[in-house]
Amino acid sequence: MVEWGALGVEGAPFEMEVERGKIREYARATGSDHPAYLADERPVVPAHFLTTTFFWEGDDGSPWDRVQMSQQRGMHAEQEYLFHGEPPRAGTRLTCTSRIDRIYEKESRTGDVLTFVEMVTAFRDESGRLVAEARMTAVEPG
Amino acid sequence: MTPGSSAVSVTWTRLVEGDTGPAPLVFGPISRTDIVRYQGASGDFQPIHHDEPFARAAGYDAPLVVGMLPAGLLATWATDWLGPANVRRSRVRWAERVWPGDVLACAGTVVRKYEEADEHRVDLELSCTNQHGTPVVRGWMTFVVPE
Repeated sequence: MVEWGALGVEGAPFEMEVERGKIREYARATGSDHPAYLADERPVVPAHFLTTTFFWEGDDGSPWDRVQMSQQRGMHAEQEYLFHGEPPRAGTRLTCTSRIDRIYEKESRTGDVLTFVEMVTAFRDESGRLVAEARMTAVEPG
Repeated sequence: MTPGSSAVSVTWTRLVEGDTGPAPLVFGPISRTDIVRYQGASGDFQPIHHDEPFARAAGYDAPLVVGMLPAGLLATWATDWLGPANVRRSRVRWAERVWPGDVLACAGTVVRKYEEADEHRVDLELSCTNQHGTPVVRGWMTFVVPE
């Protein structure tokens, strides 16, 4: 069951280093051999690469556990990445902050109540500029 | 294209609304190794995508393919075409479950060509379909396009 008290909870800011080898690994795992990922000395990240915050957020960086969504019934419904300019390149050190932005219910076509949760992560570069934002939407059927 | 270059062959004047770009990216049949490779690359180790007993306990016959894998393939089709450095937005919505053995095809269409903030931009609508022609992921992406 989703814990509504998680709404607005923000994780501790954490750092994420954008690494060339991880970019290569992610590009290949998602079917790309584009030289902008594999041959560039300082490649840009693939469009969905910022999901690799999993490796950096630690225990207190992600507020997601507070949501207590079922691991077996919960599902990823939508995902969005916004880039304010070119996607970050290898060698960039990002500061990331995640927050539970929205929790709401919708009725399914069959009359079940679905609980949606949206978590937003903001990515800032070394100068403090907001370079990217991620929005993850997950749903738990009632 | 020379290695290391992020230039693309697509130019603003030649790109039109309704453009469907290169041939679809076809991927599969998806193996459990493909799933594990994605999960290792992403750091999402949700067991339902690789742990057979866990997946069965949740009521599935096989591990469910991690949704970010087809979503990533969809983005790859577009960034391979319009250039990895040019992407400004990608949104995906999952529509159907994907299973090991499925064969996916990813493609999209330019739905809008416009100028914003002194940049040339295009919006794309994308779809990843399985071997039955059922859409499994829908996508919306925005790219800047060089002159």
